[in-house]
Amino acid sequence: MSNAEISPQEIKDRKIYQEWGLTDYEYNLISQKLLQRLPNYTETGLYSGMWSEHCSYKNSKEVLKKFWTDGSRVLQGPGEGAGVLDIGDNQAVVFKAESHNHPSFVEPFEGAATGVGGIIRDIFSMGAKPIASLDSLRFGELSNPKNKYLLEKVVSGIAHYGNCIGVPTVGGEIAFDESYDGNPLVNVMCVGLMNQDNLESGLAQGNGNSIIYVGAKTGRDGINGATFASSQFSNDEDADRSAVQVGDPFMEKLLVDACLEIINGHSNALVGIQDMGACGIVSSSAEMASKANSGIHINLDLVPQREPEMTPYEIMLSESQERMLLCVKKGKEQEVIDVFKKYNLDAVTIGNVSDDGQYVLTQKGKKVCDIPTKTLVDDVPRYHHESKRPARLDNITKNEITVKDPTDTMLKLLSAPTIASKHSIYRQYDTRVQANTAVAPGSDAAIVRIRHTNKSLAMTTDCNARYIYLDPYVGGQIAISEAARNIVASGATPIGITDCLNFGNPDNAESFYELDQSIQGISEACKMFDTPVISGNVSLYNETDNKAIYPTPMIGMVGLVEDNNHITTQAFKHSDDLVYVVGNTYDDYSGSELQKLLNQKIEGKIEHFNLDVESKNQKLVHQAIIKGLVSSAHDISEGGLGIALAESCFENNLGFAGMLNLNANQLFSETQSRFVISISADNQDAFEELMGSNAKFIGKVTDDDSFNLKLLDNQINTKLSVLKSAWEDSLECLMK
Amino acid sequence: MKFAVISFPGSNCDYDMYYAIKDILKEPVEMVSCDTESLDGFDAVLIPGGFSYGDYLRSGAIAKFAKVMPALIKFANLGKPVLGVCNGFQILTEVGLLPGSLQNNRDMQFISEYEPLIVQNNKTIFTNEYEKAESIMIPIAHGEGNYYCNETELESLKQNHQIIFTYENNPNGSVSNIAGITNKNGNVMGMMPHPERAVEKILGSEDGVRLFTSILKSFKGGILVE
Repeated sequence: MSNAEISPQEIKDRKIYQEWGLTDYEYNLISQKLLQRLPNYTETGLYSGMWSEHCSYKNSKEVLKKFWTDGSRVLQGPGEGAGVLDIGDNQAVVFKAESHNHPSFVEPFEGAATGVGGIIRDIFSMGAKPIASLDSLRFGELSNPKNKYLLEKVVSGIAHYGNCIGVPTVGGEIAFDESYDGNPLVNVMCVGLMNQDNLESGLAQGNGNSIIYVGAKTGRDGINGATFASSQFSNDEDADRSAVQVGDPFMEKLLVDACLEIINGHSNALVGIQDMGACGIVSSSAEMASKANSGIHINLDLVPQREPEMTPYEIMLSESQERMLLCVKKGKEQEVIDVFKKYNLDAVTIGNVSDDGQYVLTQKGKKVCDIPTKTLVDDVPRYHHESKRPARLDNITKNEITVKDPTDTMLKLLSAPTIASKHSIYRQYDTRVQANTAVAPGSDAAIVRIRHTNKSLAMTTDCNARYIYLDPYVGGQIAISEAARNIVASGATPIGITDCLNFGNPDNAESFYELDQSIQGISEACKMFDTPVISGNVSLYNETDNKAIYPTPMIGMVGLVEDNNHITTQAFKHSDDLVYVVGNTYDDYSGSELQKLLNQKIEGKIEHFNLDVESKNQKLVHQAIIKGLVSSAHDISEGGLGIALAESCFENNLGFAGMLNLNANQLFSETQSRFVISISADNQDAFEELMGSNAKFIGKVTDDDSFNLKLLDNQINTKLSVLKSAWEDSLECLMK
Repeated sequence: MKFAVISFPGSNCDYDMYYAIKDILKEPVEMVSCDTESLDGFDAVLIPGGFSYGDYLRSGAIAKFAKVMPALIKFANLGKPVLGVCNGFQILTEVGLLPGSLQNNRDMQFISEYEPLIVQNNKTIFTNEYEKAESIMIPIAHGEGNYYCNETELESLKQNHQIIFTYENNPNGSVSNIAGITNKNGNVMGMMPHPERAVEKILGSEDGVRLFTSILKSFKGGILVE
């Protein structure tokens, strides 16, 4: 395929562009309107990469516009490497999430590892120090050995990269469902902290300024990976193996340190900086230039190369990892290069900014590309997609559910892999490097304190895809609400989100409907909680052999803890503390873990969810925490109240005794907007006065190894240790 | 008392160590590049955790050849305190300042946990602020923390009271549950757990603080080493 000798006419006649994902329409648009000539081999390749969904968002931009991106804290919204929010004291938090689904299916270890590497580069390219990362993973059921293999390798890939580079992996979530068989999801989020004065952008401007290439040499790995990520899988996956890159976290550690040194100490020399992510050199350079209406001239002979005889196409579209592109003021090149030298990193001037608006590449004295820069970035067609409401949303069957033995059901739910303890996974992640982790994985949200202040950042990833499958709009609202509940329960105020929109093929009108509706639901909820969408990533085409995954818009949310005394975890703290449930419980089994367990089907209508109620309950819990009334707070989610109560007991091995005005089914109902709260008896009056009828007393924390719960129609009397070992041992057993 | 934290390419706990000294112990501390050839003027040297040189080849194997090493060995031979944590411990065994070596964890996985440690010897310059047999909570985070030495070396470690910390639940398969040892002279200590991560209540434990105050106290008061 890598044959630069193929003539423009041949590309047209043999429709070679189709192999790279360009349609006839797109090719004609380029050749007839934008260039008014036939593009050569290299140029066609650049368009195919830059016009892929992964780089251009051509299929999703229309709906992404619907996201709410405002808010008083926003310093940088979507469009740069990552979004930036003001957190006071002249500091800012920077975050973004990214998917690496396709590479992780083909080569799970490197796919996941390079996903971590890529998102970390997005953060420090903004001028921020990466302080934490989180992940959100989806796999098919573990009864399939392939899924065990994928899980094991993905986790070790994340651990390998994150541990070595020294960014703590502080949280995340994993869920299992058959729909991810053959198409796992690997989403990684990184959070950075910066001084607002250091805010950088990916900009190449100023005629004659230099373009400096930094980091690893360019090889033939991951060539045109963006096109690969923008197509569906077939079972013939092995043919794609060459499209996965290999990561080197040590190199990236040096890159982080060196780039931050430049940003902190040599900002007068620096015009712009950007990560070379998807579509490598071409996307970083073209985007940087196009933002400033500049042109760019690059001499390919100067690009550090790992292999001989690389063609312009290969050099420009390689996705070799650990590379950055800088625009540096003319005359200041050596100052910048010297810093990189200190870290033993390659830093080479490969070209310069021009004022002609042209994107020009030369190799061995020959011009191999000369096209308007804007055509690569801004002239990409936007597609309007047909949207069709899936029939399943209207043909709703009434789902009956019966819990016969609540103790047995409790044990089975606790050992369901989506609910079971993820300790065996997160113990492989260095969760405490940088010595700022106040709450490590295992509670509702992770908390990373901001050194030398009394503040912290809370962070979580969340998405219950089953709800979105059953109702994309309300499911989208729930995804935000649940993330916000996690943040609130940990003592923080939600301040913003990032997302990874993992969906099926947008050409399928039903998939597109799911995307469009869930975005609207998410946006509506974001306004309610004042959490603007500041960054994100789209991963469409998550289908294998035409079977789509559950629509999974992963939400990464960050919250601000204004005073570290507010930090709260889900674990019960003291025996004799009083336990309350905030929020009403209804018969909500559609999409629940209970439905999956007992009926082995995901079906029904999502009912009883109301954003106003959600917001009211969150505000009350937040106030109770701020007033210092709360010992523990836990969001009620998968598995309902029963599971939330058990989880609250586990960490400190404290028991529970109580009585519920609910039946055995309702113990596992997944009605939204609820929390389990424990308080010291001293705070009873103040707490009850604040919460009014919104909190119901249900029992007490005990100091013995027991879990006793009286229900309207049944009861649970069991040892806590029995529940705990079901929850603790399950995942490790399933992985054997 | 002036501390040096030696930073290698790939060290990622260097600043954690630096802040433990600066903010918690409140003593002068300097980040020192591994290219430095002199450690004159420092009273203690700290070798932080991380992945020096990416841990390529073997943990600590490349760091052994860093320019600072002759100065470090000289510093140690003068009887001044040297503490290596995690990758720092691995480096100290590689350069021969401490016996034994660190192998892959028993279950071949990286482990990150708060672990209870037992203070086996509190009569050292690093542990005099602890009680003997006290249990302390310090986090570990390593893939190669499985301490190994041969029978003769182990016997000698025991005879000379060089085993300073042991694990209560031996997470990684270390010989005799060893988490931290000193050299014969007692002035060089290596340990896999990270005391610098356990210096504030908000981080989950303050049990690491006394390790640093022990060093300071011995420096100021001349504590006897057994």
